Amino acid sequence: MQEHGFTSGLKAGASIAIGYFPVALTFGLLAKTTGLSLIEATAMSIFVFAGAAQYISLSLITAGVLPALIVVNTFIVNIRHFLMTAALNEKMQPDARWKKALYAFGITDETFTVLATQRGDNIRTSFAAGVIVISYGSWVSFTALGHLIGASLPAFLQASMSIALYAMFVGLLVPSMKGNRKVVSLALIAALFNSLFYFTGWLSTGWAIMVSTLASAILIELVSRKGVAA
Amino acid sequence: MGAWFWWMILGMAIVTYIPRAIPLTFLEGRELPEAVQNVLRNIPYAVLGALIFPAVLFIQDNIWFGVIGAIAAFAIAFTGANVILVVLGTIAILSIYGLWFG
Repeated sequence: MQEHGFTSGLKAGASIAIGYFPVALTFGLLAKTTGLSLIEATAMSIFVFAGAAQYISLSLITAGVLPALIVVNTFIVNIRHFLMTAALNEKMQPDARWKKALYAFGITDETFTVLATQRGDNIRTSFAAGVIVISYGSWVSFTALGHLIGASLPAFLQASMSIALYAMFVGLLVPSMKGNRKVVSLALIAALFNSLFYFTGWLSTGWAIMVSTLASAILIELVSRKGVAA
Repeated sequence: MGAWFWWMILGMAIVTYIPRAIPLTFLEGRELPEAVQNVLRNIPYAVLGALIFPAVLFIQDNIWFGVIGAIAAFAIAFTGANVILVVLGTIAILSIYGLWFG
């Protein structure tokens, strides 16, 4: 029963930890320039753990936006996680609600994609815990480090490391794409919808990702009438 | 920052947690209609498409970072390399590109 448990989860989450490194470091730095103390910046990463929402909150604080509106905006940005955790629920092993409530805290875009692209429909809670612990650890500790050193990486490394999370998404997608036209279509159509929303400015990022994902998933389902055999 | 900051963090923490926790706990042990299950099974691959494009193109002001990075990542992934190798390999290629042409 050791297989696909906590340690495998740590390994599967290592790519996220690498990808969070430059993002969290920059967040710590920006938080400092925004006027947050080390404790305040780190606390935000500890309690919120949501990259996009945290970045946006900094620019809203600088703009002097009402804190209550920042909270409302955070909710809007994170609404897409309703869809992701509903999809993830189909893949996870049945378990006590308190355990699911506990690891739910650690579901981000990145931990979701790593968990949801695992083979099989019975991902163990301990595996999810491993993925989340290493990702969360990276996010929190590098936020603090970014604030402490108050500088980002050397320019060339900062630039090249900004690809990390996207490279991970590609690395998760491609193995399922091979010989599976349905997976290719799902990704392609969602990408096209999302690009359309981006370039026309019809929807903000959080909504755009959710609407494109849902539209693609439903459209392909109607066309194929058969689920992807994971 | 004043006391308002801590109230804001509390609010942000709650509204971030709600969309993560409600589906996972509420849907536990419930069988959804098959059509809904099928759509939910499609979600991970669609999400990946939407998370990658178009954002990958805009990781740097110089759009070539995103273009070369995306091509490198797909190329490495298609060789069958595991995810961590795709990540490290793509970073290495972009570092070389950045040092020479950046």
